[in-house]
This record gives sequence, structure tokens and C-alpha cells, in this order.
Amino acid sequence: MRKNLWMALALFLILPAMLFSVSCAKKAVESEPAMTPAETPAMQDTTDAENAEKARMEAERLQAEEEERARMAAKMAFTDEDVYFEFDSAALLPMAQDLLSKKAGYVMAMSGVSVTIEGHCDERGTDAYNMALGERRAEAAKAFLINMGVNASQIDTISYGEERPADTGHNEAAWAKNRRAHFVLN
Amino acid sequence: MIKKTIRISAMLILILVLNLMPHALVAEIKYFDLTNPFLRKIPMAIPVFQGLTSNPVERGQAVAFANALQEMLDFSGYFKMLDRESFLYDPKLSGITRATLNFQNWTAVGAELLITGGVQIEGNSLVAELRLFDTFKSELIIGKRYRGKIEDQRAMVKRYCSEVLLALTGRTGFFDSQFAFVSNGSGHKEIYQCDFDGKNIRQITKYRSITSFPAWSSNGRYLAYTSFVKGPVQIFIRDLKTGVENNVRYKGVQIAPSWVPNRFELSATLSHGGDQEIYLLTGKGKMIKRLTNSRGIDVDSSWSPDGKRVAFVSKRSGMPQIYIKEINTGRVQRLTFEGRYNTQPSWSPRGNMIAYTSMANGEINVFVIDVEGQNPIQLTYNQRDNEAPTWSPDGSLIAFSSTREGKSRIYVMTAFGTDQRRLLSMPGEQFHPKWSPNIPQ
Repeated sequence: MRKNLWMALALFLILPAMLFSVSCAKKAVESEPAMTPAETPAMQDTTDAENAEKARMEAERLQAEEEERARMAAKMAFTDEDVYFEFDSAALLPMAQDLLSKKAGYVMAMSGVSVTIEGHCDERGTDAYNMALGERRAEAAKAFLINMGVNASQIDTISYGEERPADTGHNEAAWAKNRRAHFVLN
Repeated sequence: MIKKTIRISAMLILILVLNLMPHALVAEIKYFDLTNPFLRKIPMAIPVFQGLTSNPVERGQAVAFANALQEMLDFSGYFKMLDRESFLYDPKLSGITRATLNFQNWTAVGAELLITGGVQIEGNSLVAELRLFDTFKSELIIGKRYRGKIEDQRAMVKRYCSEVLLALTGRTGFFDSQFAFVSNGSGHKEIYQCDFDGKNIRQITKYRSITSFPAWSSNGRYLAYTSFVKGPVQIFIRDLKTGVENNVRYKGVQIAPSWVPNRFELSATLSHGGDQEIYLLTGKGKMIKRLTNSRGIDVDSSWSPDGKRVAFVSKRSGMPQIYIKEINTGRVQRLTFEGRYNTQPSWSPRGNMIAYTSMANGEINVFVIDVEGQNPIQLTYNQRDNEAPTWSPDGSLIAFSSTREGKSRIYVMTAFGTDQRRLLSMPGEQFHPKWSPNIPQ
């Protein structure tokens, strides 16, 4: 009951206030043509120049933002997209080669950057063998990048064998994600 | 300081042979079918030991002593321990010596072997008299008297167990051996050590990294292992006596060290030459020579007891298989032909067998094969992954890791695959057990 009473009171006060404000705005619009013609072009010029400058800066900012976003996206893609392998294999599949070509382009565009390629295996198979297999995967990826023109001194490799799975599941979907070369920017 | 105390207490354990045992008898007694000694376990009775004086403390000690001895001998897998409830004798009337025993009481319950014992406590000193009898022949096989401190009881039990196995099998067993293994219970894979029966667990490394692949030198003094603690994986070699540690300094991956028996040398896979090959290194990690030479993975070396041959895994045929290289001639022979993924060879201390693991149908299982490559025998079945086999120093038992209960844990079985049981219980998962030689204390 009391709530309704408050609501009614609020409506009673707010509605007239809204009406008043609308009428005020109308008045302001109406008053514009009343400005002097001499003043108007000068004012207009300044406003245009300012606006142009603002627009240019805004465009620049947007472009910088866009570039930064693209750079971040490229960086994210570089570090987040893993190169995948088949079971007990360090051979680079066509999809892996496409991805590595993109990664090569990224590293070459960033002259100062240094990269560590981690080789990983799924949990199947035995530890020592997988430590060796992980290294072969990382080395295969490194060799591909060097063939694409990347400076060898920019790339390090490390094998984690089956020690650091990306997916801790015990099924083919998880294993497929874990047989990978992972890229880290140093 | 601790080591000194151990040595002194070990010296305190004086051994007096109560009755000289005619050693010619050992060869005559055929207690075990050597083709498979675990096929027919010998029924053994170990009644509660007796206090030798009226000291009331002795009674409790006698029970604990008998239980410890029974548990330790049972671990060997050779014996069927008879239930004390079934015994027919009156402990108050029965003695512990040949003259005071009624062997018919024991043959009647099926015991073929009997161990009696008496303990005496004076202050902090403990004396134990232990006798093993052949009940059907009414003969003493081996009797010993030990003197030491009360806390030396486990050492006495170990020593007598070694005597029992030596008398019955001609080998001293594994009672002075240790395990090194990997556990991630702390949140990181670290190296741990424990006694052969899973007791007395100690943490060896505290690197807070990934530390794995422990390997004992054949005198038990050095432990090698790999760790990521300094960045890329490296082999570390620790002198367990002094704590001094060396590491192997070669670029590239460093995998699975393995000591050459009776030498201060070890082999390991290195890739500093561009391809993964097995190299021979000094015990301080310096290069001696390359042992394998083939494109592709070469890994997992394990030496024959005479150090003349090395078994290893190679992918030279397109899939991982086990090979044996003769060091003098350089001749390499393939050992395994069945299966498509055979790794982790472990050469038995007796020299005639190699344990390994084979992956098929989504699980890994432990096999043994004779060194001529004949008769691969599967020892684990249908219990998920079973990996990293390692032999007891007498070649009678094999330890391995298994995920049969979900988490990876360490198990022990006889070399014939019987008596599979969990070795120890601790937080986290355990991997890569490595059985040490007998290390006399």
C-alpha cells in the first residue's frame, strides 16, 4: 500500500518536470536563427577545423587502436595457435605447414623477437621416448621456420615430453590437443 | 654424524652362529622349483617369539619382532605364511630350540618351514636368537644370534631374512635394497627414496620443478636423475654420501641416465650433435663416446650386469623397438619383434632376462623376454598402464608403476608376474621406481 502511494507521488512530481524540460529544449532550438550572420561563418570555420582535427585524431587513434589490436591478435595467434602432430610422429602435416608459414611471417616482421618452441606429447607411450619425440616435434617446427627465412638465432627449442598436457583428459580429443608444438615469445 | 651412528650401531650387531650349518646341505636341499619358485609357495610357520628372561618388556618386543620378520619374508613371494590361529602347539610348553620342539605339531598344520625366535632386553640392548627349521627333517637350517640396540630390530630382521633366503635359494635377496622413485605429492615431481618394502620414505630433491628418471649406480652411492630446474632438462649426478652434485653440460635434450655396472660411468640420450643418440659419460658428466649411430630416436639404455652389452630403444625400424648392442664388437641386434611399441628395457641382475613394456590396444603392459629374444611373456593384463619395470637386486621381483587404481602408483610382483601388490601409499602420483642394489649399512 505504502509503496503504491510513493509511486503515485513520484509520478505526480516527475511528469510535469519532464514536460517542462522538453519545452525548454524547444525554446533553445528556436533561438538559434536569431544569431547574427557575421558571427556565424567564423564560428562555423573554427568549428569545422576543430572537428576536422578531432576527426583526424580520432581516425588516427582508431587506426593505432586497430593496429595494436591486430598486433595483439597476431601475437595471440602466434602464441595461442599450436601446431599439431599425429601419434608417434614429428612430421609436419599440411595444416601445420600453413600455420608455420604464418608464424614465420610474424617472426620475420618482428626482427628483435626471440621465440621458444616447446615440443609436447600426449600421455600415451612412455616417458623417455616421449621426451625425445617432443624434442623432434619442436625441432621440426624450428627447421621449417628457418627454411622460411627466419634467423636461427631467434629460435630456441625445449621438450616437455608428456609432462605438460594442454588438456588433461584421457581421450583422443585431449590427446590430439596435446601432441603439439607450442610457441612462446621470450 | 648420522652415518657414523648407523655404522656404529651396525657394528654392534654381533653375529654368532649358534649351530654351524653344514654348507653341503644347501646344495642338496631343493626347496624351490627354480623354473618358477613362486608356483608352489612353501608353507612357513612363524609363531610369536618368546621372551628369554622374565623382563616383561620382552613380550611386546617378541610379538613385534615376529610380525616384522613374517611381513618381510612374505614380501619375497616364496612363502605361504600360515595363520597363527591354526597352530597346535602350546607356546608355554614349547621351546625354541631343536631339542625342545615337537616338529609333529608343525607338520600337522602343513608347515614345511618353521622359524622360532627369542628376544632378550637389558636396558637399551636387544638380543635376538632366530632359528629356521625344516619341520619334516626335524633339522635346523640356519640359526643366528644378534645383539644391538632396541632400534636395531629392523636391521636384525633384514639381516636374518637375507640369511634365510641365502640358505633356501642360494641368493641373499633384496633386504638391503632401496627404491628411488618420482612423486608429485608436493605439487612438483621430485625424487624420493624408500626401503625395499616401501617403508622409511625420504624426499631426495627439492627443486620445485619437473625432476624424474632416477638411476642408481651399481654400488648404490650415486643417484642420477633429470630436472628442468635450470631451464632445459639436464642430468644431475648426486653423490649420496657427500651430497655433492654434478650436472651434464651439453646442449639439447638429456634423457634417462643409466649406470654401467661396476663402473663410474653412465649412458644417457643427448641431442647436442643434432640427433638423439645414446652417449657414454663419466660419472661426473664428461663425454666418453657415442654408443648409437642412427637417424631418429635412440633412448632408454639399460646395461647387462657384466657391462658388456647395452639394451636400448630405437625407432630405426620405423617404430620403437628394443635392440642390444655389444660394446666390444659394435654389433647391434634387434630383440623385440612382437608389438609395435616396445620401450623401457630393464636388464635383469641375473643377466638372462630383459623386462620391458609394450603398448597395444590402448594400454601399456610389462613383459619379460630372454636376452636371445625368445619367448616374450606378458606379466600384467587388463589393468590400464603398467610402466617402468625395475628388478630387485636378486632378480626375483619386479617393481613397476601402474594406473590400475586410477592414479599412477608403484607396485611389486614376482618375476613371473604373480603376487602383484602396491608398494606404498603416499599423496600424489608415483612414477619411475628404480630398485637399488643391496647397499649394506
